[in-house]
Amino acid sequence: MKILVVDDERDVQVLFEQRFRKEIKNNEMEFVFAFSGEEAITYLNGHEHEAVLILSDINMPGMSGLELLKHIKQKYMKPPPIVMMITAYGDAENFNTAKELGADDFLTKPVDFTALKEKLKTNN
Amino acid sequence: MGSGSWSVFTCTRPVFSIALFTLEAIFKTGNITQWIWHLFSVALVVFSLQQKELKPLRLTIVAFIPYVIISIFADLTNASNRLFFKQWEDYFDYALMFAYVWMGVVFFTQNRQVKAAEKERIKRQHEDDLNRAIAIRKVELEGLVVERTAELTKQKEALEQTLTELQATQKQLIQSEKMASLGELTAGIAHEIQNPLNFVNNFSEVNSELIAEMKEELLKGNIEEAKQIADDINDNEQKIIFHGKRADGIVKGMLQHSRSSTGVKEPVNINTLADEYLRLAYHGLRAKDKSFNATMKTEYDENIGNINIIPQDIGRVILNLITNAFYAVTEKKKAAVAPSEKPYEPTVTVSTKKAGNKVEIKVSDNGNGIPQKVLDKIFQPFFTTKPTGQGTGLGLSMSYDIVTKGHGGELKVENKEGEGATFIIILPV
Repeated sequence: MKILVVDDERDVQVLFEQRFRKEIKNNEMEFVFAFSGEEAITYLNGHEHEAVLILSDINMPGMSGLELLKHIKQKYMKPPPIVMMITAYGDAENFNTAKELGADDFLTKPVDFTALKEKLKTNN
Repeated sequence: MGSGSWSVFTCTRPVFSIALFTLEAIFKTGNITQWIWHLFSVALVVFSLQQKELKPLRLTIVAFIPYVIISIFADLTNASNRLFFKQWEDYFDYALMFAYVWMGVVFFTQNRQVKAAEKERIKRQHEDDLNRAIAIRKVELEGLVVERTAELTKQKEALEQTLTELQATQKQLIQSEKMASLGELTAGIAHEIQNPLNFVNNFSEVNSELIAEMKEELLKGNIEEAKQIADDINDNEQKIIFHGKRADGIVKGMLQHSRSSTGVKEPVNINTLADEYLRLAYHGLRAKDKSFNATMKTEYDENIGNINIIPQDIGRVILNLITNAFYAVTEKKKAAVAPSEKPYEPTVTVSTKKAGNKVEIKVSDNGNGIPQKVLDKIFQPFFTTKPTGQGTGLGLSMSYDIVTKGHGGELKVENKEGEGATFIIILPV
Protein backbone atom coordinates (compact mmCIF):
# COMPACT_ATOMS: atom_id res chain seq x y z
CA MET A 1 0.00 0.00 0.00
CA LYS A 2 1.39 3.34 -1.02
CA ILE A 3 0.70 6.32 1.24
CA LEU A 4 1.36 9.95 0.29
CA VAL A 5 2.00 12.21 3.28
CA VAL A 6 1.61 15.94 2.66
CA ASP A 7 2.95 18.34 5.31
CA ASP A 8 5.06 21.48 5.22
CA GLU A 9 7.07 20.24 8.22
CA ARG A 10 9.98 18.26 6.83
CA ASP A 11 10.60 16.28 10.03
CA VAL A 12 7.26 14.58 9.43
CA GLN A 13 9.11 12.35 7.00
CA VAL A 14 11.61 11.14 9.62
CA LEU A 15 8.82 10.71 12.11
CA PHE A 16 6.70 8.55 9.80
CA GLU A 17 9.67 6.51 8.70
CA GLN A 18 10.52 5.75 12.31
CA ARG A 19 6.97 5.17 13.43
CA PHE A 20 6.27 2.77 10.61
CA ARG A 21 9.76 1.26 10.45
CA LYS A 22 8.45 -2.27 10.96
CA GLU A 23 5.74 -1.90 8.34
CA ILE A 24 8.19 -0.35 5.88
CA LYS A 25 10.72 -3.07 6.60
CA ASN A 26 8.12 -5.76 6.06
CA ASN A 27 6.96 -4.04 2.85
CA GLU A 28 3.47 -3.71 4.25
CA MET A 29 3.45 0.01 3.60
CA GLU A 30 5.29 2.41 1.34
CA PHE A 31 5.55 6.11 2.15
CA VAL A 32 6.01 9.03 -0.21
CA PHE A 33 6.32 12.60 1.03
CA ALA A 34 5.31 15.96 -0.36
CA PHE A 35 5.95 19.22 1.48
CA SER A 36 3.24 21.32 -0.08
CA GLY A 37 -0.10 20.91 -1.81
CA GLU A 38 1.45 21.87 -5.12
CA GLU A 39 4.19 19.25 -4.70
CA ALA A 40 1.54 16.64 -3.90
CA ILE A 41 -0.35 17.40 -7.11
CA THR A 42 2.87 17.20 -9.11
CA TYR A 43 3.56 13.81 -7.59
CA LEU A 44 0.04 12.56 -8.22
CA ASN A 45 0.20 13.72 -11.83
CA GLY A 46 3.34 11.70 -12.36
CA HIS A 47 2.27 8.64 -10.44
CA GLU A 48 -1.39 8.14 -11.18
CA HIS A 49 -3.11 5.29 -9.39
CA GLU A 50 -0.04 4.61 -7.30
CA ALA A 51 -0.99 6.25 -4.05
CA VAL A 52 -4.12 4.77 -2.61
CA LEU A 53 -4.12 6.80 0.56
CA ILE A 54 -3.27 10.41 1.11
CA LEU A 55 -2.59 11.93 4.53
CA SER A 56 -2.62 15.70 4.29
CA ASP A 57 -2.06 18.55 6.67
CA ILE A 58 -4.55 21.41 6.32
CA ASN A 59 -2.45 24.41 7.30
CA MET A 60 0.25 24.80 4.73
CA PRO A 61 1.57 27.90 3.04
CA GLY A 62 0.31 28.24 -0.50
CA MET A 63 -2.23 25.63 -1.41
CA SER A 64 -3.96 24.48 1.73
CA GLY A 65 -4.84 20.87 2.53
CA LEU A 66 -8.49 21.62 1.90
CA GLU A 67 -7.75 22.97 -1.57
CA LEU A 68 -5.67 19.87 -2.29
CA LEU A 69 -8.53 17.70 -1.08
CA LYS A 70 -11.00 19.51 -3.34
CA HIS A 71 -8.63 19.18 -6.25
CA ILE A 72 -8.10 15.44 -5.73
CA LYS A 73 -11.74 14.61 -5.15
CA GLN A 74 -13.09 16.66 -8.06
CA LYS A 75 -10.52 16.46 -10.78
CA TYR A 76 -8.60 13.35 -10.06
CA MET A 77 -8.56 9.72 -10.72
CA LYS A 78 -11.56 7.44 -10.59
CA PRO A 79 -11.87 6.04 -8.08
CA PRO A 80 -10.18 8.84 -6.17
CA PRO A 81 -7.77 7.80 -3.42
CA ILE A 82 -8.69 7.80 0.23
CA VAL A 83 -7.85 11.20 1.72
CA MET A 84 -7.37 11.71 5.45
CA MET A 85 -6.99 15.25 6.72
CA ILE A 86 -4.71 16.09 9.63
CA THR A 87 -4.89 19.46 11.33
CA ALA A 88 -3.65 21.22 14.41
CA TYR A 89 -7.01 22.95 14.68
CA GLY A 90 -9.70 20.39 15.40
CA ASP A 91 -12.46 22.95 14.99
CA ALA A 92 -15.91 22.28 13.58
CA GLU A 93 -15.47 24.56 10.60
CA ASN A 94 -12.40 22.76 9.30
CA PHE A 95 -14.01 19.42 10.04
CA ASN A 96 -17.24 20.26 8.21
CA THR A 97 -15.46 21.74 5.20
CA ALA A 98 -13.24 18.66 4.97
CA LYS A 99 -16.27 16.37 5.17
CA GLU A 100 -18.16 18.39 2.54
CA LEU A 101 -15.21 18.20 0.22
CA GLY A 102 -15.19 14.44 0.58
CA ALA A 103 -12.49 13.76 3.16
CA ASP A 104 -12.55 10.15 4.27
CA ASP A 105 -11.28 10.84 7.72
CA PHE A 106 -10.26 13.74 9.94
CA LEU A 107 -7.42 13.54 12.44
CA THR A 108 -6.13 16.17 14.84
CA LYS A 109 -2.55 16.83 15.79
CA PRO A 110 -0.78 15.44 17.76
CA VAL A 111 -1.40 12.32 15.71
CA ASP A 112 -2.12 9.21 17.69
CA PHE A 113 0.09 6.84 15.67
CA THR A 114 -1.31 3.70 17.26
CA ALA A 115 -4.81 4.71 16.18
CA LEU A 116 -3.52 5.77 12.75
CA LYS A 117 -1.84 2.42 12.28
CA GLU A 118 -5.11 0.65 13.05
CA LYS A 119 -6.96 2.83 10.57
CA LEU A 120 -4.40 2.25 7.84
CA LYS A 121 -4.48 -1.47 8.43
CA THR A 122 -8.28 -1.65 8.17
CA ASN A 123 -8.13 0.39 4.97
CA ASN A 124 -5.56 -1.92 3.55
CA MET B 1 -21.59 129.82 45.60
CA GLY B 2 -19.66 131.66 48.35
CA SER B 3 -16.43 131.57 46.42
CA GLY B 4 -18.30 132.76 43.32
CA SER B 5 -19.71 135.88 44.99
CA TRP B 6 -16.31 136.53 46.50
CA SER B 7 -14.67 136.46 43.14
CA VAL B 8 -17.23 138.94 41.78
CA PHE B 9 -16.63 141.17 44.76
CA THR B 10 -12.84 141.01 44.49
CA CYS B 11 -12.99 141.77 40.83
CA THR B 12 -15.36 144.71 41.07
CA ARG B 13 -13.93 146.39 44.20
CA PRO B 14 -10.76 147.75 42.53
CA VAL B 15 -12.98 149.18 39.81
CA PHE B 16 -14.97 151.19 42.40
CA SER B 17 -11.83 152.31 44.11
CA ILE B 18 -10.30 153.48 40.88
CA ALA B 19 -13.52 155.34 40.00
CA LEU B 20 -13.44 157.24 43.29
CA PHE B 21 -9.78 158.13 42.90
CA THR B 22 -10.39 159.26 39.41
CA LEU B 23 -13.26 161.53 40.48
CA GLU B 24 -11.13 162.88 43.29
CA ALA B 25 -8.22 163.62 40.99
CA ILE B 26 -10.41 165.44 38.50
CA PHE B 27 -12.65 167.56 40.74
CA LYS B 28 -10.34 168.14 43.74
CA THR B 29 -13.16 168.42 46.33
CA GLY B 30 -12.99 169.92 49.80
CA ASN B 31 -10.38 169.44 52.47
CA ILE B 32 -12.08 167.32 55.10
CA THR B 33 -13.45 164.87 52.58
CA GLN B 34 -9.89 164.77 51.27
CA TRP B 35 -8.42 163.72 54.59
CA ILE B 36 -11.17 161.24 55.34
CA TRP B 37 -10.62 159.89 51.93
CA HIS B 38 -6.85 159.57 52.58
CA LEU B 39 -7.46 157.72 55.85
CA PHE B 40 -9.98 155.48 54.18
CA SER B 41 -7.52 154.77 51.38
CA VAL B 42 -4.74 153.80 53.78
CA ALA B 43 -7.14 151.67 55.83
CA LEU B 44 -8.40 150.03 52.66
CA VAL B 45 -4.89 149.24 51.48
CA VAL B 46 -3.82 147.83 54.87
CA PHE B 47 -7.04 145.86 55.20
CA SER B 48 -6.81 144.51 51.66
CA LEU B 49 -3.23 143.41 52.14
CA GLN B 50 -4.27 141.41 55.23
CA GLN B 51 -7.03 139.49 53.45
CA LYS B 52 -5.94 136.03 52.33
CA GLU B 53 -8.67 135.86 49.74
CA LEU B 54 -7.25 138.96 48.04
CA LYS B 55 -3.79 137.54 47.72
CA PRO B 56 -4.05 137.20 43.94
CA LEU B 57 -4.82 140.97 43.78
CA ARG B 58 -1.95 141.99 46.04
CA LEU B 59 -0.01 143.51 43.17
CA THR B 60 -2.93 145.78 42.26
CA ILE B 61 -3.33 146.84 45.84
CA VAL B 62 0.37 147.58 46.11
CA ALA B 63 0.02 149.59 42.89
CA PHE B 64 -2.32 151.99 44.75
CA ILE B 65 0.31 152.74 47.35
CA PRO B 66 2.42 155.28 45.30
CA TYR B 67 -0.75 157.13 44.41
CA VAL B 68 -1.97 157.21 48.01
CA ILE B 69 1.45 158.28 49.31
CA ILE B 70 1.91 160.97 46.67
CA SER B 71 -1.59 162.40 47.11
CA ILE B 72 -1.21 162.39 50.94
CA PHE B 73 2.22 163.98 50.59
CA ALA B 74 0.83 166.57 48.16
CA ASP B 75 -2.08 167.45 50.42
CA LEU B 76 0.24 167.56 53.45
CA THR B 77 2.58 169.91 51.58
CA ASN B 78 -0.37 171.98 50.46
CA ALA B 79 -1.62 172.28 54.02
CA SER B 80 1.76 173.11 55.61
CA ASN B 81 3.51 175.21 52.93
CA ARG B 82 1.14 176.48 50.36
CA LEU B 83 3.75 178.51 48.60
CA PHE B 84 6.08 175.62 48.20
CA PHE B 85 3.19 173.50 46.99
CA LYS B 86 2.13 176.10 44.42
CA GLN B 87 5.70 176.29 43.25
CA TRP B 88 5.90 172.48 42.79
CA GLU B 89 2.26 171.79 42.05
CA ASP B 90 2.91 170.84 38.47
CA TYR B 91 5.43 168.29 39.58
CA PHE B 92 2.99 166.86 42.12
CA ASP B 93 0.43 166.65 39.38
CA TYR B 94 2.92 164.87 37.14
CA ALA B 95 3.83 162.46 39.93
CA LEU B 96 0.18 161.81 40.60
CA MET B 97 -0.48 161.37 36.94
CA PHE B 98 2.41 159.00 36.69
CA ALA B 99 1.25 157.00 39.76
CA TYR B 100 -2.21 156.96 38.26
CA VAL B 101 -0.96 155.59 34.92
CA TRP B 102 1.24 153.11 36.75
CA MET B 103 -1.75 151.92 38.71
CA GLY B 104 -3.78 151.50 35.54
CA VAL B 105 -1.01 149.52 33.84
CA VAL B 106 -0.60 147.27 36.86
CA PHE B 107 -4.34 146.87 37.08
CA PHE B 108 -4.70 145.79 33.47
CA THR B 109 -1.70 143.48 33.67
CA GLN B 110 -3.06 142.01 36.85
CA ASN B 111 -6.49 141.66 35.40
CA ARG B 112 -5.06 139.86 32.44
CA GLN B 113 -3.05 137.59 34.69
CA VAL B 114 -6.14 136.83 36.74
CA LYS B 115 -8.04 135.97 33.61
CA ALA B 116 -5.18 133.77 32.40
CA ALA B 117 -5.01 132.14 35.84
CA GLU B 118 -8.73 131.50 35.69
CA LYS B 119 -8.39 129.98 32.27
CA GLU B 120 -5.52 127.90 33.55
CA ARG B 121 -7.60 126.85 36.56
CA ILE B 122 -10.49 125.75 34.36
CA LYS B 123 -8.10 123.89 32.15
CA ARG B 124 -6.53 122.20 35.14
CA GLN B 125 -9.92 121.31 36.54
CA HIS B 126 -10.81 119.83 33.20
CA GLU B 127 -7.60 117.85 33.26
CA ASP B 128 -8.33 116.78 36.82
CA ASP B 129 -11.77 115.61 35.77
CA LEU B 130 -10.23 113.76 32.89
CA ASN B 131 -7.57 112.21 35.13
CA ARG B 132 -10.21 111.18 37.62
CA ALA B 133 -12.23 109.56 34.84
CA ILE B 134 -9.08 107.82 33.61
CA ALA B 135 -8.30 106.62 37.13
CA ILE B 136 -11.81 105.20 37.49
CA ARG B 137 -11.55 103.51 34.10
CA LYS B 138 -8.12 102.19 35.07
CA VAL B 139 -9.52 100.58 38.21
CA GLU B 140 -12.32 99.09 36.16
CA LEU B 141 -9.88 97.76 33.59
CA GLU B 142 -7.61 96.35 36.27
CA GLY B 143 -10.59 94.51 37.70
CA LEU B 144 -11.40 93.21 34.25
CA VAL B 145 -7.81 92.09 33.71
CA VAL B 146 -7.81 90.22 37.01
CA GLU B 147 -11.09 88.59 36.03
CA ARG B 148 -9.81 87.61 32.58
CA THR B 149 -6.53 86.34 34.01
CA ALA B 150 -8.42 84.15 36.43
CA GLU B 151 -10.53 82.86 33.57
CA LEU B 152 -7.47 82.13 31.43
CA THR B 153 -5.68 80.43 34.31
CA LYS B 154 -8.72 78.26 34.80
CA GLN B 155 -8.78 77.39 31.11
CA LYS B 156 -5.04 76.71 31.11
CA GLU B 157 -5.43 74.36 34.07
CA ALA B 158 -8.31 72.59 32.35
CA LEU B 159 -6.19 72.20 29.21
CA GLU B 160 -3.25 70.89 31.18
CA GLN B 161 -5.54 68.38 32.83
CA THR B 162 -6.87 67.32 29.43
CA LEU B 163 -3.35 67.01 28.07
CA THR B 164 -2.32 64.79 30.97
CA GLU B 165 -5.37 62.64 30.40
CA LEU B 166 -4.62 62.45 26.68
CA GLN B 167 -1.06 61.41 27.35
CA ALA B 168 -2.25 58.70 29.70
CA THR B 169 -4.76 57.57 27.10
CA GLN B 170 -2.08 57.48 24.45
CA LYS B 171 0.07 55.28 26.67
CA GLN B 172 -2.88 52.97 27.21
CA LEU B 173 -3.56 52.91 23.48
CA ILE B 174 0.00 51.99 22.68
CA GLN B 175 -0.20 49.22 25.22
CA SER B 176 -3.54 48.01 23.85
CA GLU B 177 -2.18 48.15 20.32
CA LYS B 178 0.60 45.91 21.49
CA MET B 179 -1.86 43.61 23.14
CA ALA B 180 -4.11 43.62 20.08
CA SER B 181 -1.21 42.53 17.90
CA LEU B 182 -0.39 39.91 20.50
CA GLY B 183 -4.00 38.73 20.34
CA GLU B 184 -3.70 38.40 16.60
CA LEU B 185 -0.63 36.33 17.20
CA THR B 186 -2.06 34.03 19.82
CA ALA B 187 -3.42 31.49 17.40
CA GLY B 188 -0.25 31.62 15.37
CA ILE B 189 1.79 31.18 18.50
CA ALA B 190 -0.34 28.22 19.57
CA HIS B 191 0.17 26.65 16.17
CA GLU B 192 3.84 27.40 16.16
CA ILE B 193 4.31 25.89 19.60
CA GLN B 194 2.01 22.97 18.98
CA ASN B 195 3.99 21.76 15.98
CA PRO B 196 7.40 21.49 17.67
CA LEU B 197 5.78 20.05 20.78
CA ASN B 198 4.14 17.35 18.67
CA PHE B 199 7.54 16.48 17.28
CA VAL B 200 9.07 16.39 20.75
CA ASN B 201 6.31 14.06 21.95
CA ASN B 202 6.32 11.89 18.86
CA PHE B 203 10.07 11.45 18.67
CA SER B 204 10.24 10.73 22.39
CA GLU B 205 7.64 8.00 21.95
CA VAL B 206 9.51 6.60 18.96
CA ASN B 207 12.70 6.62 20.95
CA SER B 208 11.23 4.64 23.82
CA GLU B 209 9.98 2.11 21.27
CA LEU B 210 13.39 2.02 19.64
CA ILE B 211 15.13 1.50 22.96
CA ALA B 212 12.88 -1.49 23.61
CA GLU B 213 13.72 -2.83 20.16
CA MET B 214 17.40 -2.20 20.69
CA LYS B 215 17.28 -4.21 23.92
CA GLU B 216 15.62 -7.07 22.06
CA GLU B 217 18.30 -7.00 19.37
CA LEU B 218 21.03 -6.92 22.02
CA LEU B 219 19.52 -9.92 23.75
CA LYS B 220 19.44 -11.70 20.40
CA GLY B 221 23.10 -10.77 19.98
CA ASN B 222 22.47 -8.62 16.86
CA ILE B 223 25.06 -5.99 17.67
CA GLU B 224 24.99 -4.37 14.22
CA GLU B 225 21.24 -4.03 14.29
CA ALA B 226 21.39 -2.58 17.82
CA LYS B 227 24.03 -0.08 16.71
CA GLN B 228 21.87 1.09 13.86
CA ILE B 229 18.92 1.59 16.21
CA ALA B 230 21.19 3.54 18.57
CA ASP B 231 22.09 5.84 15.67
CA ASP B 232 18.40 6.38 14.94
CA ILE B 233 17.77 7.14 18.59
CA ASN B 234 20.56 9.68 18.46
CA ASP B 235 19.13 11.32 15.34
CA ASN B 236 15.73 11.51 17.00
CA GLU B 237 17.29 13.08 20.08
CA GLN B 238 18.70 15.79 17.85
CA LYS B 239 15.21 16.37 16.46
CA ILE B 240 13.79 16.56 19.97
CA ILE B 241 16.39 19.12 20.97
CA PHE B 242 15.83 21.10 17.78
CA HIS B 243 12.07 21.26 18.18
CA GLY B 244 12.33 21.92 21.91
CA LYS B 245 14.50 24.92 21.16
CA ARG B 246 12.13 26.04 18.45
CA ALA B 247 9.22 26.12 20.91
CA ASP B 248 11.45 27.83 23.43
CA GLY B 249 12.35 30.53 20.94
CA ILE B 250 8.73 31.19 20.10
CA VAL B 251 7.72 31.52 23.73
CA LYS B 252 10.64 33.86 24.34
CA GLY B 253 9.70 35.88 21.29
CA MET B 254 6.12 36.12 22.49
CA LEU B 255 7.22 37.26 25.93
CA GLN B 256 9.48 39.81 24.36
CA HIS B 257 6.64 41.08 22.28
CA SER B 258 4.29 41.56 25.21
CA ARG B 259 6.94 43.00 27.48
CA SER B 260 7.60 46.69 27.28
CA SER B 261 10.68 47.41 25.27
CA THR B 262 13.96 47.33 27.13
CA GLY B 263 15.21 49.96 24.74
CA VAL B 264 18.53 48.14 24.67
CA LYS B 265 20.11 47.31 21.35
CA GLU B 266 21.62 43.89 20.98
CA PRO B 267 23.07 41.85 18.13
CA VAL B 268 20.20 40.11 16.38
CA ASN B 269 19.94 37.96 13.27
CA ILE B 270 17.42 39.97 11.31
CA ASN B 271 16.56 37.03 9.02
CA THR B 272 15.58 34.82 11.94
CA LEU B 273 13.57 37.62 13.49
CA ALA B 274 11.73 38.37 10.25
CA ASP B 275 11.04 34.70 9.57
CA GLU B 276 9.70 34.15 13.07
CA TYR B 277 7.21 36.99 12.78
CA LEU B 278 6.26 36.00 9.25
CA ARG B 279 5.27 32.54 10.44
CA LEU B 280 3.53 33.88 13.54
CA ALA B 281 1.51 36.36 11.50
CA TYR B 282 0.65 33.80 8.86
CA HIS B 283 -0.55 31.15 11.27
CA GLY B 284 -2.29 33.74 13.39
CA LEU B 285 -4.36 34.94 10.45
CA ARG B 286 -4.86 31.40 9.26
CA ALA B 287 -6.30 30.40 12.62
CA LYS B 288 -8.61 33.40 12.70
CA ASP B 289 -9.85 33.13 9.15
CA LYS B 290 -10.03 29.59 7.83
CA SER B 291 -10.36 30.75 4.25
CA PHE B 292 -7.21 32.85 4.52
CA ASN B 293 -4.41 31.70 2.33
CA ALA B 294 -1.40 33.34 0.86
CA THR B 295 1.92 32.40 -0.57
CA MET B 296 4.86 33.47 1.55
CA LYS B 297 8.07 34.16 -0.27
CA THR B 298 11.31 34.87 1.50
CA GLU B 299 14.58 36.12 0.11
CA TYR B 300 17.10 36.43 2.89
CA ASP B 301 20.60 37.79 2.42
CA GLU B 302 22.68 35.37 4.47
CA ASN B 303 25.63 37.78 4.51
CA ILE B 304 23.98 40.24 6.86
CA GLY B 305 24.96 38.47 10.07
CA ASN B 306 23.91 40.07 13.35
CA ILE B 307 22.97 43.72 13.52
CA ASN B 308 22.47 45.88 16.59
CA ILE B 309 18.76 46.58 17.10
CA ILE B 310 16.14 46.54 19.81
CA PRO B 311 14.63 43.16 18.89
CA GLN B 312 11.16 43.68 20.46
CA ASP B 313 10.71 46.97 18.69
CA ILE B 314 11.93 45.96 15.24
CA GLY B 315 10.01 42.70 15.66
CA ARG B 316 6.87 44.74 16.20
CA VAL B 317 7.55 46.80 13.09
CA ILE B 318 8.09 43.70 10.96
CA LEU B 319 5.01 42.04 12.41
CA ASN B 320 2.96 45.13 11.73
CA LEU B 321 4.12 45.37 8.12
CA ILE B 322 3.53 41.67 7.50
CA THR B 323 0.07 41.77 9.10
CA ASN B 324 -0.80 44.76 6.91
CA ALA B 325 0.48 42.94 3.83
CA PHE B 326 -1.61 39.87 4.58
CA TYR B 327 -4.61 42.11 5.22
CA ALA B 328 -4.09 43.79 1.84
CA VAL B 329 -3.93 40.54 -0.13
CA THR B 330 -6.94 39.14 1.72
CA GLU B 331 -8.98 42.24 0.87
CA LYS B 332 -8.02 41.93 -2.79
CA LYS B 333 -8.93 38.26 -2.85
CA LYS B 334 -12.31 38.97 -1.23
CA ALA B 335 -13.02 41.68 -3.79
CA ALA B 336 -12.12 39.47 -6.74
CA VAL B 337 -15.54 37.83 -7.16
CA ALA B 338 -15.51 36.84 -10.78
CA PRO B 339 -12.72 34.43 -11.64
CA SER B 340 -10.57 36.24 -14.14
CA GLU B 341 -8.30 34.69 -16.75
CA LYS B 342 -5.32 34.96 -14.49
CA PRO B 343 -6.34 33.68 -11.05
CA TYR B 344 -5.18 36.00 -8.27
CA GLU B 345 -2.44 34.50 -6.16
CA PRO B 346 -2.10 36.41 -2.89
CA THR B 347 1.60 36.70 -2.20
CA VAL B 348 3.59 38.33 0.57
CA THR B 349 7.32 38.59 0.16
CA VAL B 350 9.82 39.32 2.90
CA SER B 351 13.36 40.02 1.85
CA THR B 352 16.52 41.33 3.43
CA LYS B 353 19.53 42.87 1.78
CA LYS B 354 22.78 44.36 2.90
CA ALA B 355 23.79 47.43 0.93
CA GLY B 356 26.97 49.15 2.07
CA ASN B 357 26.58 50.09 5.71
CA LYS B 358 22.83 49.73 5.59
CA VAL B 359 20.42 46.84 5.90
CA GLU B 360 17.12 46.82 4.03
CA ILE B 361 14.13 44.80 5.12
CA LYS B 362 11.39 44.76 2.50
CA VAL B 363 7.83 43.59 3.00
CA SER B 364 5.92 43.45 -0.28
CA ASP B 365 2.41 42.41 -1.12
CA ASN B 366 0.53 42.12 -4.39
CA GLY B 367 -2.67 43.57 -2.97
CA ASN B 368 -4.43 46.67 -4.20
CA GLY B 369 -1.81 49.11 -2.99
CA ILE B 370 -2.55 52.26 -1.06
CA PRO B 371 -4.94 54.81 -2.59
CA GLN B 372 -3.04 57.98 -3.48
CA LYS B 373 -5.34 60.16 -1.38
CA VAL B 374 -4.47 58.37 1.87
CA LEU B 375 -0.80 57.78 1.13
CA ASP B 376 0.25 60.95 2.98
CA LYS B 377 -1.68 59.97 6.07
CA ILE B 378 -0.62 56.38 6.63
CA PHE B 379 2.07 57.26 9.15
CA GLN B 380 -0.22 59.55 11.13
CA PRO B 381 -1.38 58.25 14.49
CA PHE B 382 -4.95 56.96 14.58
CA PHE B 383 -5.26 56.88 10.81
CA THR B 384 -6.76 53.61 9.66
CA THR B 385 -8.65 52.38 6.64
CA LYS B 386 -9.95 49.40 8.53
CA PRO B 387 -13.55 49.37 9.76
CA THR B 388 -14.12 50.86 13.23
CA GLY B 389 -12.91 48.59 15.97
CA GLN B 390 -10.63 46.57 13.71
CA GLY B 391 -7.59 48.78 13.64
CA THR B 392 -6.13 51.14 16.21
CA GLY B 393 -4.46 53.27 13.55
CA LEU B 394 -1.30 53.18 15.63
CA GLY B 395 0.59 50.38 13.88
CA LEU B 396 2.36 52.35 11.19
CA SER B 397 2.85 55.51 13.23
CA MET B 398 4.48 53.48 15.99
CA SER B 399 6.54 51.59 13.42
CA TYR B 400 7.68 54.88 11.94
CA ASP B 401 8.77 56.17 15.36
CA ILE B 402 10.59 52.94 16.18
CA VAL B 403 12.55 52.94 12.92
CA THR B 404 13.35 56.65 12.70
CA LYS B 405 13.62 57.81 16.31
CA GLY B 406 14.61 54.52 17.90
CA HIS B 407 17.09 53.31 15.31
CA GLY B 408 18.05 56.30 13.19
CA GLY B 409 16.72 54.53 10.13
CA GLU B 410 14.08 55.15 7.48
CA LEU B 411 10.69 53.68 6.79
CA LYS B 412 9.69 54.11 3.16
CA VAL B 413 6.83 52.98 1.05
CA GLU B 414 6.75 52.14 -2.63
CA ASN B 415 3.25 51.93 -3.93
CA LYS B 416 1.52 50.98 -7.14
CA GLU B 417 -2.19 51.44 -6.94
CA GLY B 418 -3.90 48.22 -7.88
CA GLU B 419 -0.66 46.26 -7.90
CA GLY B 420 0.57 46.29 -4.36
CA ALA B 421 2.72 48.07 -1.82
CA THR B 422 6.25 47.59 -0.56
CA PHE B 423 7.41 48.86 2.79
CA ILE B 424 11.14 49.21 3.23
CA ILE B 425 12.87 49.45 6.58
CA ILE B 426 16.37 50.85 6.19
CA LEU B 427 18.59 50.45 9.23
CA PRO B 428 22.14 51.72 9.64
CA VAL B 429 24.55 48.95 10.65
